[in-house]
Amino acid sequence: MIAETGLAALWLAASLALLQLVLAFVGLKGNKPDLLAAVRPAAVAQGVLTAIAFALLITLFMRSDMSVLLVATNSHSAKPWLYKFAGTWGNHEGSMLLWVTVMGVAGAAVALFERALRRDTHMATLGGQAAISLGFYAFLLFSSNPFARIDPAPADGQGLNPLLQDPGLAFHPPTLYLGYVGLSVAFSFAIGALLTRQVDASFARAMRPWVLGAWVLLTLGITAGSYWAYYELGWGGWWFWDPVENASLMPWLAATALLHSVTVLATRDALRAWTVMLAVVAFSMSMVGTFLVRSGILTSVHAFAVDPTRGSFILGLLALYIGGALALFGWRIGAVREGAPFELVSRETMLVINNLLLTVILGLVLIGTLYPLMTEAFGHKVSVGAPYFDRIAGPIALALMIAMAAGPLVRWRKDQTRAVTKRLLIPLGIALLLSSLVSALAWGRIGILPFLGLVIAGSVGVASLAPLWKRNLRRTPLFTYGMVIAHLGCAVSLGGMASDSAFTVEKLVAARPGDTIQTAGWQLRFLQIQPIAGDNWTALQADMEVRRNGAPVTIHPQSRFFASPPTSTSEAALLTRWDGQLYVVLGEEVEGGRWQLRIWWKPFVTLIWLGGIMIALGGALALLGRERRGWLMKWRARAAA
Amino acid sequence: MKAKHQRLILALVALAALIGAGLLAASALKDEAAYFYAPGDVKAKGVEPGKAIRLGGMVVKGSLKRAADGVTMFFDVTDGKATVPATFSGIAPDLFKEGSGVVAEGSFDAKGTFIATNLLAKHDERYMPRELEGMSYNETTRQLQVDQ
Repeated sequence: MIAETGLAALWLAASLALLQLVLAFVGLKGNKPDLLAAVRPAAVAQGVLTAIAFALLITLFMRSDMSVLLVATNSHSAKPWLYKFAGTWGNHEGSMLLWVTVMGVAGAAVALFERALRRDTHMATLGGQAAISLGFYAFLLFSSNPFARIDPAPADGQGLNPLLQDPGLAFHPPTLYLGYVGLSVAFSFAIGALLTRQVDASFARAMRPWVLGAWVLLTLGITAGSYWAYYELGWGGWWFWDPVENASLMPWLAATALLHSVTVLATRDALRAWTVMLAVVAFSMSMVGTFLVRSGILTSVHAFAVDPTRGSFILGLLALYIGGALALFGWRIGAVREGAPFELVSRETMLVINNLLLTVILGLVLIGTLYPLMTEAFGHKVSVGAPYFDRIAGPIALALMIAMAAGPLVRWRKDQTRAVTKRLLIPLGIALLLSSLVSALAWGRIGILPFLGLVIAGSVGVASLAPLWKRNLRRTPLFTYGMVIAHLGCAVSLGGMASDSAFTVEKLVAARPGDTIQTAGWQLRFLQIQPIAGDNWTALQADMEVRRNGAPVTIHPQSRFFASPPTSTSEAALLTRWDGQLYVVLGEEVEGGRWQLRIWWKPFVTLIWLGGIMIALGGALALLGRERRGWLMKWRARAAA
Repeated sequence: MKAKHQRLILALVALAALIGAGLLAASALKDEAAYFYAPGDVKAKGVEPGKAIRLGGMVVKGSLKRAADGVTMFFDVTDGKATVPATFSGIAPDLFKEGSGVVAEGSFDAKGTFIATNLLAKHDERYMPRELEGMSYNETTRQLQVDQ
């Protein structure tokens, strides 16, 4: 019954989406307020229904109901409860249901909490949200039904890919999806504004919190995914330019650009057409990413199912929505009046540079990701890997960092070049100092990109604090703090990346129990190898006593074997210290009773993810600051009246 | 300066940036498009030593040997058209074995041995590096025998 109820809830939600679309369209066209009055309740009900369907699928997984095909093929009764729970979205159908749920709930949130937007644009936005939801309901119901039954039910399930059996599965996909799919709201806002021709500052002010919220979650999701890949894959790397990683990076790049341009539109009423375009592009990138991941044309941990009909279905949706939005853009943008002008030396120009660089990186990553697919269509197998992406994204990202440091120090509308240079003197001095310091310490030992990365991270870190210079810190608005923390987070993250690639020490040995290994100031005593067992795995575990002029700590790298599906994974042992991480991987046994060990000391590598968290925190503070100011103004207005 | 001129300057800067980016991508892709090689491509086209590439093929049965240090190994990679010697120091993926598919990242040394810095083997039974789709060991060895 549970599965059938879930399916019924989905069908009902899909019908409500259709109703919502028709009501909004007819209501706006014929100016019928009674029809429009039903749009918001429809959106809210739709959100509730998708949430119910999702909760029911979770219930099926928790109860290990093997009569449901999806549970039987992706779960196992002997799994720990956390992975039964999180395993709900560790497969194609479940993750698409999560997608639709986020879309439905986001639509309900726009219906419930959006107050600043003009009413007709609000209704058109909800109509747009219903229109994109419909396509994904169709995809779910016609080609990826998560509630399909299997008869006869198997005795037990086939289990979940062991690489996914990690607490990261409970956090990374939902956060990422909230951000990824949350961008659909920005897309719908753009559609709504184009339909009612309301592309102005007040529209931007209404859209900004939604963009910020999605962007914060997307940032957290990517950060979590990067850390997960870092410790789970056992390769010591934190970003692999895997097409699926690119699929999450591209919407983030677009959303970051959008975040900055929507601020220009909200404060200065400039960059109107461009902001609308970016809102369309951001969610389009989410859809392109889903197509890449779900069509089965890529092989990776993320690609669950290889099914060409699904690929063409998503490709159809992509063409419909992206093409439709672009056509609407082309048709209506002529009616949008030119925004406010600005001088060449101004904050606006700096933000245009930010947008330009982000868009260029986005374009280059997109080309690199799609290129192998395009050449394959002509019969060539080509792979584009890290060398391409590092070479193109590295230098532009560094330029972007410099622009980021200077941007907040330039005034809106018009500024003097000399004044700006004066404000940049301290960071420039720091940059000079750092260059000579890093050169003196490590010249010739590190590459040019890590060198520039270290210098730029240091000086940009200082420069990002400059907007607080000589200000009354208690009266500085919360969103200024948000910006400062987010920019500082970029510098912190860059510092971690540069330090990791410049100073990591790697050691590869075959050692016997009893041996002591020395590396990078650490002493590792290999105590013993012992077999251990977990809930649904067995493992060989190395016990190692590790010390660095202090009390010893014991760490346990493992090599795990899962029975269902039969797979082995390597669990790295990580030891975090304030100045870096010790990362130990256990290999296989070789002749002479020796075991392979791969040991890394990675100075300040944790800054990469700390920076990511700071970026998200900055976004959250900015969101809170804007919203709180809105509440205060409303409250004061009420008190005055 | 008039607003119109400024817009023009901004547009020109944007255009220049886009053209620059396009050229950058084209030149990088031209280098990297030849990123993936099967042993047959190596034989036919030749790869300069030190150039970072991906080498994909099957590990020849009976070719896997380990050095005394316990972490270095030697093996041959074949695609049925040619065979190249390769070496790798590190922890090989669990599913890296003789007769199985492998994609190795690294570069050739002056003597024509491929120095792999990273091995991508199958993660699980269902995973196959995309470049190796349609290759199976029996097929390639059969082809190899026909060639010889």
